[in-house]
Amino acid sequence: MKEIMIRPERCLGCRSCEIACAVEHSDSKSLFGAVAEKPVPRKRVYVEFVPEYAISVPMVCHHCEDAPCVAVCPTGALSQDEVIRVVTHNPEACIGCWTCASVCNYGMIGRNREERIAVKCDRCPDLDVPACVAACPTGALTYKEVEEFSESKRVESALKMARGVAAGASR
Amino acid sequence: MAKNVNERSIDPATRAMLLEADRAGIETAWDRFEKQQPQCGFGQLGICCRNCNMGPCRIDPFGEGPDKGVCGATADIIVARNLLRMIAAGAAAHSDHARDAVLAFKQMAEGKAKSYQVKDEAKLNALAAEYNISTEDRSPEEVALELANVLLSEFGKQTGPITFTRRAPPKRQKVWEDAGIDPRGVDREIVECMHRTHIGVDNDPVHILLHGLRTSISDGWGGSMIATDVQDVLFGTPTPTMSESNLGVLKIDEVNIIVHGHEPILSDMIVAAAEDPEMISLAKKMGAKGISVAGMCCTGNEVLMRHGVPAAGNFLQQELAVITGAVEAMVVDVQCVMPALGNLASCYHTKFISTSPKADFPGTVRMEYHEEKAMETAKEIVKTAVGNYANRDPGRVNIPKDKSACMVGFSAEAILGALGGTPQPLIDAIVSGAVRGVGAVVGCNNPKVQHDYGHLNLVRELIKNDVLVVTTGCNAIACAKAGLLKPEAAKEAGSGLRAVCEALGIPPVLHMGSCVDISRILVLAAALANHLGVDISDLPAAGAAPEWMSEKAVSIGAYVIASGVYTVLGTVPPVLGSTEVTNVLTKGVGGVIGATFAVEPDPFKAASLMIDHINEKRTGLGLKA
Repeated sequence: MKEIMIRPERCLGCRSCEIACAVEHSDSKSLFGAVAEKPVPRKRVYVEFVPEYAISVPMVCHHCEDAPCVAVCPTGALSQDEVIRVVTHNPEACIGCWTCASVCNYGMIGRNREERIAVKCDRCPDLDVPACVAACPTGALTYKEVEEFSESKRVESALKMARGVAAGASR
Repeated sequence: MAKNVNERSIDPATRAMLLEADRAGIETAWDRFEKQQPQCGFGQLGICCRNCNMGPCRIDPFGEGPDKGVCGATADIIVARNLLRMIAAGAAAHSDHARDAVLAFKQMAEGKAKSYQVKDEAKLNALAAEYNISTEDRSPEEVALELANVLLSEFGKQTGPITFTRRAPPKRQKVWEDAGIDPRGVDREIVECMHRTHIGVDNDPVHILLHGLRTSISDGWGGSMIATDVQDVLFGTPTPTMSESNLGVLKIDEVNIIVHGHEPILSDMIVAAAEDPEMISLAKKMGAKGISVAGMCCTGNEVLMRHGVPAAGNFLQQELAVITGAVEAMVVDVQCVMPALGNLASCYHTKFISTSPKADFPGTVRMEYHEEKAMETAKEIVKTAVGNYANRDPGRVNIPKDKSACMVGFSAEAILGALGGTPQPLIDAIVSGAVRGVGAVVGCNNPKVQHDYGHLNLVRELIKNDVLVVTTGCNAIACAKAGLLKPEAAKEAGSGLRAVCEALGIPPVLHMGSCVDISRILVLAAALANHLGVDISDLPAAGAAPEWMSEKAVSIGAYVIASGVYTVLGTVPPVLGSTEVTNVLTKGVGGVIGATFAVEPDPFKAASLMIDHINEKRTGLGLKA
């Protein structure tokens, strides 16, 4: 199962992911069409700026394996696919109680102002690669199996260690 | 790579060279365009402001994030300011080109630039008359010097009017005066654009856009028009002539020199230098059969119009010319020259020669020209190209066979001349309905549009519906390559237009020149309107830029609507982030200047919009739609 994995050190704060997300969740699915739509399409990914470090971090729904939002949803509006574990939201059943927002560790529940219900990442069911990942120009957002992602992190880290060993040996 | 080249262009020569690029592992603008995807949404909508260092600021187009920049500028303000800066850059490019042409003209008149002379004395005298300069008992040089000085003063004028704006119909001039957009001087309006868009100056979108129109008029009826007319005096006013176009014009057994960019000042000399017997014999010594000059972009159009020098291609074909492996020198001046050419030329034997004092690129051989020794530099360049023939690798030569004949050279003077010195025959044809109206189709190439697809389909639809097309720039070259500039192309026109073209022996698409020569279209439109005693906005005419990409095109679009001609854009300008600016440009401005913009990427739908507009104007004039 692929997940949206974040490499925050690569984020430049351009917010291309946010725009691509809103466009993908518009009726027209085109930038120029989306900006004219009423109600305006909502993004479900958020670039958060951390002033202490002057760093931007793209925040996405993790579709937690044991998702608190699903567990607390009183109407079953939030549900989780048993196989692919994607958490989806059924606007018809949502009563806008915001319990899900209270328990989400990442603040990934947004608000549809017009309908006064929750709005969240559906991981772009019509796309092979989620729109936010495809739009990221620096690779801060990737779409990979956790194993594959972790392996690449290990390889990267191992390379750094190996360089240290080699430098020590040559001294 | 292995891209579907057919999706990238409809031009067979381009497709062939893209396959070759793919095979050779060479990157082109289309590959770089793909690597840029997806392009920044803020940029596409025009809602990013970098005008001060409190920013960069961006407006959230979906209303969740910031709705103002640090200074408080809204999306409407930011979009309008950005658009004004685009217009300023475009007007500056045309008008600075004009300044150089006038400076060369002045040096010629002073006897300091001996390579140049007055080639069209009749036009010189006509311009002198416009400025009340006496020609009696004076040499052409004396007249030229006085004319050069008054033309130069147009740039620095502070209170107007720019003299050539008085060529517009009186009703049009009144529209400009009433709207407060009659330009005061060429340079002044451009400078004021930069002032107004500085932090904390002009922050009313409509006020900003009106100045954009004023600046653009100083381009169309100022800088561009001055460039066209001075170049006509210096190099000759174009008259109908036959030539060829597309990459197939490159010669397998001759030294190929491509002149690329926008100015005829040096390229006209290169054309002459390449005909020098000394140079030709040098080429023969190198084993070549001769020297062949071909044009690219609007430098190409300048020498095509005046000398019938074949046009190798339009904007997106510049890299492909090098990839033929048969180009000894790619000689460039200013505007629309891709910096990618340097790296590309280093993969071949091609020498990438930059010549303008104001434009250099990575990987060039620098051969800067100055008017005083223009012919000397031109010969030097030709000699360098000839010497480079020895380095051509015949195994890498791959010239596509595609080329088409074309009839070019339709200056306003030539068109009126062909009609017997008066626009009456054209007006009669319009009144009878044989010619429904006139469509001006101009502009660039843009990899956002399948190369030449927008141009050719729009033009074909128009002529099929009896709309006479006038063209310049990269659209003109697209039409030339596709055979639409041949008199026989009349067969593709509707029966009314076909009959008119066949009677006159002209193509249904008239090549009027380079992009500064859109001023010729304005002059023609003014002649038609004046003859009828109406405003340009009353004419059954419409404009289009199906594949536009440059800032110059933004200035052109603005002065075309400011002149009263409805204009359809084929690529979306970066304004949709502002509802107000979008509404003003597509609706509101019509109440002020009698013309608006429309955006329509589909060339067939764009043609319908233009035809509907032309029919509406016909009805307005009491003609059958």
